[in-house]
Amino acid sequence: MTAPWKFTAREIVEKPDLFTSGHRACAGCGPAIALRQIMKATRGPTIVTNATGCMEVVSTIYPYTAWKVPWIHTAFENVAANASGIEAALKVLKRKGKLEHKNVDVIAFAGDGGTFDIGLQALSGAAERGHDFLYVLYDNEAYMNTGIQRSGGTPHGASTTTSPGGKVIPGKPQFKKPIANIMVAHEIPYVATASISFWQDLIIKTRRGLEVKGPAFLHVFAPCPRGWRYHTSKTIEISRLAVETCVFPLWEAKYGEYSLSPQSKVVALKPERKKPVKEYLEVQRRFGHLFKPGFRNVIDEIQNITDKRWNQLLKKCNIT
Amino acid sequence: MGMKKKSRSVLSGVHFLSGDLACAEGAIAAGCRFFGGYPITPATEIAERMARRMPEVEGIYVQMEDEIGAIAAVIGASYAGKKAMTATSGPGFSLMQENIGLAVMTEAPLVIVDIMRGGPSTGQPTMPGQQDVMQAKWGSHGDYEIIALTPSSVQEMFDLTIECFNLSEIYRVPVMLLADEIIGHMWERVEIPPAKEIATINRKKPDVSPNEYLPFKPDQNLVPPMACFGEGYHFHATGLTHDETGTPKTVSIEEQSKLVKRLCEKIRKNVDKIVKVEEVMLEDADVAVLAYGITSRAALSAVRKARSIGIKAGLLRLITIWPFPEKLVANIAQQVQAIIVPEMNCGQLVREVERAAKTTAVSLLSKLGEDPHRPIEIVKALRKVTK
Repeated sequence: MTAPWKFTAREIVEKPDLFTSGHRACAGCGPAIALRQIMKATRGPTIVTNATGCMEVVSTIYPYTAWKVPWIHTAFENVAANASGIEAALKVLKRKGKLEHKNVDVIAFAGDGGTFDIGLQALSGAAERGHDFLYVLYDNEAYMNTGIQRSGGTPHGASTTTSPGGKVIPGKPQFKKPIANIMVAHEIPYVATASISFWQDLIIKTRRGLEVKGPAFLHVFAPCPRGWRYHTSKTIEISRLAVETCVFPLWEAKYGEYSLSPQSKVVALKPERKKPVKEYLEVQRRFGHLFKPGFRNVIDEIQNITDKRWNQLLKKCNIT
Repeated sequence: MGMKKKSRSVLSGVHFLSGDLACAEGAIAAGCRFFGGYPITPATEIAERMARRMPEVEGIYVQMEDEIGAIAAVIGASYAGKKAMTATSGPGFSLMQENIGLAVMTEAPLVIVDIMRGGPSTGQPTMPGQQDVMQAKWGSHGDYEIIALTPSSVQEMFDLTIECFNLSEIYRVPVMLLADEIIGHMWERVEIPPAKEIATINRKKPDVSPNEYLPFKPDQNLVPPMACFGEGYHFHATGLTHDETGTPKTVSIEEQSKLVKRLCEKIRKNVDKIVKVEEVMLEDADVAVLAYGITSRAALSAVRKARSIGIKAGLLRLITIWPFPEKLVANIAQQVQAIIVPEMNCGQLVREVERAAKTTAVSLLSKLGEDPHRPIEIVKALRKVTK
């Protein structure tokens, strides 16, 4: 690899948006912020393939498009397979000397439904075959496009329309699938988690994902005001809280070697800075039922799984 | 413990419901206690209702990782002895096709609801369509027969969902409820009768000992009595061609022919018992409209309007579209000069009508991607053919 890419805030601001305004995302939409930031990190000609989901719907409502790059909407389950095809074709064109550009990047976008659940098979296959593309999971932790149904990415205790918190269940009974770790287990060159609240980190990680040869997987935490039930002004605040409580720690794994990113490293080195998950849960009404008598133990369960996963991560990062 | 909860399975009384919600209530009233879910517009509300309602009736809602998982889980639940269902729309229906074949081959009684939207591919998720009617019949590979019903009101979403379960239990076949987006999302008055007035049918159990049981030996109705997993009858269920014992027979010409023919015949021979239609003013009609689903409501209005201006029109509303009521359509074709088929597709069921009508003129009134047919459009077509 060449010298690491450096950028200034000015450069990023001045770089024209490739995911532009005028899309139809809700006020305070986390994924829309993620896409805009990620597209700022592109390094040249880029092709985007987008699974069915919120971002596909809101960015291409006839007769407009928010995309200033070639873009294809795929079915729900196959964005990684579609990206495989694009990448393979580019390879052939390059080999035959028919590709005008020295390099063309391929980015696949999918939400949590399209990644944790229906798209996992295609994603796993593409990772195993080793296609050179960046897969971006924008995780708003439920099927928001169809109206808030639980997914494999929905956290324990969250109320959705198919895991309603009530007398019988405390919201979703299961825990969130550790998808980024599953991708690390594929032994691909680059896996990272990122949050829209730490945009520089997100942009750097996007660029690293594009620069490596082979598959890269970026798990981006992207809150949804409609589905998580909080005020639209709180999106960034909640994203930050997820990192500060270690509900969603930031790290990267290069060829399987884990390392904590600065924002989480701070918490690792100064454990007193680690906020209790309660602070993160209480600002979202999807967890509101947990604060009523009856399901209080679920908050402890969430704290426990958060701590357990955090400690496992510290071990992987050789921090003890 | 010990306290018997008041039954919440049949919510008898008058309700104001959407088609999707009425479908969920019909399923519960029919005895459905397993729902394999996966969200998709415009069928999501069925899954949402089932997620809330299943725990109330000691049933289970499981949200699967995709529609392939949803239908496969339903096959499993059916074999484990529960009445089971899933609901989807076009893209999910496409994903389910291989497993629909498995359900046909293993003769698993189950119900699949397809709330049809505009296709192909992602198409128009919030708009109505009738574009899956051929896929419902032919979507999986191989030769087989299924049953498909088409509701035209929210009340029928309730009633026909029960009918779907009953037919699936009688014939051990996947039964499909093919509704369009309008019927799924429309809100209407629904009357849920008292539980004792709802006829529910359960699959026939073997009346022989486990030692004598042949899992795929048909009765006189060509349907084998069904033992479920855990009932002491050990047998082999497989998607491979099999004999009456359930043992795979992958190279036997005789068994392939015998099995596949029976899978078709058990429906074909019972067409008259299965088929339901509604005939309106057909006795003296010169021209007939054949319609199903939302389109049939515009057709009814059009037929009445045509009568008022002196055109002797009648309506044949199909409630069952698969198996296709061929004989019935043939009889009507002999009586009328022409048949008009309004469909929200490029012409699908009209092919079956043409086949049955033989020399009688059949004309398609195709409509895609917007509102359903307006009565006046059908009246115009009636005028044209009776000129």
